[in-house]
Amino acid sequence: MTVAPASGNDTAQSRPVPEGHVRLTIDGIEVDAPQGELVIRTAERLGIVIPRFCDHPLLDPAGACRQCLVEVEVNGKPMPKPAASCTTAVADGMVVRTQQTSQVADKAQQGVMELLLINHPLDCPICDKGGECPLQNQALKHGRGDSRFVDTKRTFPKPVSISSQILLDRERCVLCQRCTRFSKQIAGDPFIELLERGATQQIGTGEQQPFQSYFSGNTIQICPVGALTSAAYRFRSRPFDLVSTPGVCEHCSSGCSQRTDWRRGKVMRRLAGEDPEVNEEWNCDKGRFAFRYATASDRITRPMVRDADSGELRETSWTEALRKAADGLLNARDSRGVGVLPGGRLTREDAYAYGKFARVALGTNDIDHRARPHSNEELDFLGSSVVGTGPEDGVSYASLEAAPAVLCVAFEPEEESPIVFLRLRKAARDSGTRVFHLGQWDSPGVEKTTHIADSGSPIHSGGLLRCLPGGEAAALYELPSEVEQALGEPGSVLLLGERCSQVSGVYTAAMRLAERTGARIAWIPRRAGERGAVEAGTLPTLLPNGRPVSDSVVRSGIERAWGMSTGSLPSVPGRDIDGILAAAESGELSGLLVGGLDPADLPDPEQARRALRAAGFLVSLELRPTGVTEHADVVLPIAPTVEKSGTFLNWEGRPREFEITIEGTGAVPDCRVLDTLAVEMDVDLFTQTPQAVAAEIRRLGPNPGARPKPPDIPAEPVTEPSGDRALLASWRHLLDNGSMQHDEPNLAGTARPPVARVSHGTARRLGLEPHQPIRVSTERGTIALESEVVEIPDGVVWLPGNSGPAEVNEVLGVGHGAVVGIAAGTAPAPGTTPGQREPGGEELPAVAGNGHTSNGHGPPAHGSNGNGQAGIDGGGA
Amino acid sequence: MGMTDPLKGFGVTLSKMFKTVLTEEYPEVKKIPAPRFHGKHQLNRHPDGLEKCVGCELCAWACPADAIFVEGGTNTDDERYSPGERYGFDYQINYLRCIGCGLCIEACPTRALTMTNEYETADDNRQNLIYTKEDLLAPLLPGMEQPPHDMRLGDDEQDYYVNGPELARGQGVPAGATVETGDEEAVR
Ligand code: SF4
Ligand code: SF4
Ligand code: SF4
Ligand code: SF4
Ligand code: FES
Repeated sequence: MTVAPASGNDTAQSRPVPEGHVRLTIDGIEVDAPQGELVIRTAERLGIVIPRFCDHPLLDPAGACRQCLVEVEVNGKPMPKPAASCTTAVADGMVVRTQQTSQVADKAQQGVMELLLINHPLDCPICDKGGECPLQNQALKHGRGDSRFVDTKRTFPKPVSISSQILLDRERCVLCQRCTRFSKQIAGDPFIELLERGATQQIGTGEQQPFQSYFSGNTIQICPVGALTSAAYRFRSRPFDLVSTPGVCEHCSSGCSQRTDWRRGKVMRRLAGEDPEVNEEWNCDKGRFAFRYATASDRITRPMVRDADSGELRETSWTEALRKAADGLLNARDSRGVGVLPGGRLTREDAYAYGKFARVALGTNDIDHRARPHSNEELDFLGSSVVGTGPEDGVSYASLEAAPAVLCVAFEPEEESPIVFLRLRKAARDSGTRVFHLGQWDSPGVEKTTHIADSGSPIHSGGLLRCLPGGEAAALYELPSEVEQALGEPGSVLLLGERCSQVSGVYTAAMRLAERTGARIAWIPRRAGERGAVEAGTLPTLLPNGRPVSDSVVRSGIERAWGMSTGSLPSVPGRDIDGILAAAESGELSGLLVGGLDPADLPDPEQARRALRAAGFLVSLELRPTGVTEHADVVLPIAPTVEKSGTFLNWEGRPREFEITIEGTGAVPDCRVLDTLAVEMDVDLFTQTPQAVAAEIRRLGPNPGARPKPPDIPAEPVTEPSGDRALLASWRHLLDNGSMQHDEPNLAGTARPPVARVSHGTARRLGLEPHQPIRVSTERGTIALESEVVEIPDGVVWLPGNSGPAEVNEVLGVGHGAVVGIAAGTAPAPGTTPGQREPGGEELPAVAGNGHTSNGHGPPAHGSNGNGQAGIDGGGA
Repeated sequence: MGMTDPLKGFGVTLSKMFKTVLTEEYPEVKKIPAPRFHGKHQLNRHPDGLEKCVGCELCAWACPADAIFVEGGTNTDDERYSPGERYGFDYQINYLRCIGCGLCIEACPTRALTMTNEYETADDNRQNLIYTKEDLLAPLLPGMEQPPHDMRLGDDEQDYYVNGPELARGQGVPAGATVETGDEEAVR
């Protein structure tokens, strides 16, 4: 678009300035730049790097650090003082001289650097940033060789815990405000702020407000110095000692690209990768910090079989384990059949291997990866409207950004797909997208995409459409006309969350709404593997790439591709996960093959456990002991994401390929295990490597036949229960009791405290005092949780799905939209509020896993302004 | 060839008998190397016995021969090996690789790592030549206590770094006596 002229000024002079561009000169090079571009970026395109700290392409310009000073001449008149190139927009005829050609600019930059370094500690040897520090680099490049400052440096006690994960070293901070701007502009969690003025100016947290954000790790990554560090990585290694491998996050369907830094066979940290189309430069804290599950001490590394005598699992060789598994599965297949439950966390390739194994080796369509509440309507919806779409023809991050209106149906973006949340927020903030949410209460993800308080006037757009849990479908038929109208504008989008499967008729209603308004629909599952598994055909009604099981032409095509005899592919749609479990329990199925799945995630964990116990023969492919391995006859270990390659499809359907990060551990991916197992059963799957599978998927190509029919289920009316009954609304927090967040205490400390939410009316009905626990119960069990009064429909109680004591599936055995009993619980003893962490109430948490911080030692040395203590300070809030 | 020729040979021997002997009586008599000889490493201690190493790995990074392996650990109030947050949890030097250059010593920010005059680092198998933390740690001098233990000399690591020896003297160690391993011991 705009390039530096290659051959001198003469040609440039004769070239017309392109539309919407201006022509300026930087260091003697003439260049055309789009109007409004910042000088620092234009220079960058020319290969002239101006030193900077606060400038970040994804944040609003701030001009806070003054490191980027350059000399500027406009209309032949030089500006009186050097100007900050990160806040100066290009103008026609501008002449810019950077440090490369201007003594003045160079001297100004050196001066700023000298001021920055006056109070900067000599921490480099012990600083996490040492070796990758912009301040180090730029001080060497643009700073003075020695210091003229001989006085004592200003010091602060360090480090200060901003949250249990984020630690702040105020001495190292250069006050660039990248962290505060990120929190405010991108994440919408304005918890860290600049406090005080002058030499004591510092970053801190507001009083009584811990920095609680799902995106806090990003501030560490963009901090240009080592001022922000994480408790998990602090002092763990040095950047030049790490091997960086690009990868993809396995935690949710956002599909963030990431960088994994590891050494000596162990992952040390993970960073957000750069992918402008997907996660830009951000990721969430779960993706960043939750990776130690793969190195947990209880990880299964050897195959195990159940000892006939002792009834215990014992380690054995692959040969024996595979032989036993193959024999058992063959027997079970030939008696009453085997059901397959792959779980929703697989790569597309691994899922494909499960699908093929089920059809070819086990001769069944009894396969379902949806280890969560699910419905047949969802199945029809996935087959008719989701499978086979991609970012080119379906909804993508870019289309969210461009959409005039977005309606989130039963979907809490921040909790369920954090990058979707960031993109919705960006859309609302920058392009005026109106984000509507069909839900129960103003949860943080709703709040932050509809009310954007920022520099300048706050933006209020979109909003929450309250409905009863389970009433989402009906509500979609009776949307306020304002919302229907907004959705009628071309480019609008409907986002359907995982919770939709618990509401009867909602997919149908959404499709009708889409027909009425022309809005497009996207399905956003929670788990990273769900979308890939839909494509790979691990559903009872779908073969790979969206081919319906019931279509005989399509079936014979697959038979040919898989080298099977005609008519040998099972032709009737199989059972779904509930059906498979019920059949296993009743003995209609005699075996189960189970992948990475936790019974506690299933809609009815008790039934699942009964089924696992009752199953005649149970093979489990697992990473760590679970409720499945407990009952398994054979356990085969598989590789965690870092030790294998493959592809996740994110919610857009965009393939997110990744290579092996840590090689040579001997761990093998599911597809390889299944391939070998099939060989033992005299069947060839040809799924030895993910690459081979990917090639086969490509060869198969898209579904040549017709799509299955969309669902047609009427919406069910829901009525508000009275008395001591209530409707349960529930979804999961991003950070919860999930097993992939194992062994991350610092991360767990940043989770949202689990509280139950009810309306004023309901609270009054129960006589609830503020914060008094509420007891939510079914015949199966009771969850007692501190209550909070929010604006939520009367007769509704909201619980987090799997946080702390609130394990909704497990304890209550019901889900979103169910009727539960509610009662006031006994008031807690003062100070022991269950499930509630009291910020500021007690001593600030010590630096995790450490116990010794310098602020643990009596009155701080620099107590004059009260800032010595842990950075909590009301003064500047 | 004259008659006296056989005696000439004895003459050489005879004359050498009155010159300085160059032969070293090693290993019966050990040679004392120059004070700044680059010998075996030592991991030094603070006057109360706490370790000086903070597990920063800078020595490992400075080493051109990749002879050093360090893994840091976190001190807790119950189990403290060094003042401050971190200590060297695992420390190994491979003397098959070390070229005695001393770059590690220069890199160490806490003077935890120094070199002694000990040069007898030969053995008949590889395993023994990988020295671990136990082999490298300086011996406990009088007044030192085997870690883990609390910080006896001050409230935080700054006290140790800034005026450790004085604090130790303040606790009764007479002037002139060695209070910490490392520089002081080398002078002695
Ligand atoms: S922030 Fe950079 S310059 Fe400052 S101590 Fe850390 S590595 Fe050194
Ligand atoms: S903590 Fe880091 S990002 Fe935040 S203002 Fe200071 S230097 Fe900038
Ligand atoms: S003396 Fe040189 S070679 Fe030996 S460990 Fe130290 S840095 Fe490495
Ligand atoms: S010996 Fe020195 S340089 Fe090596 S890890 Fe310990 S403190 Fe760091
Ligand atoms: S980068 Fe321009 S003022 Fe900071």
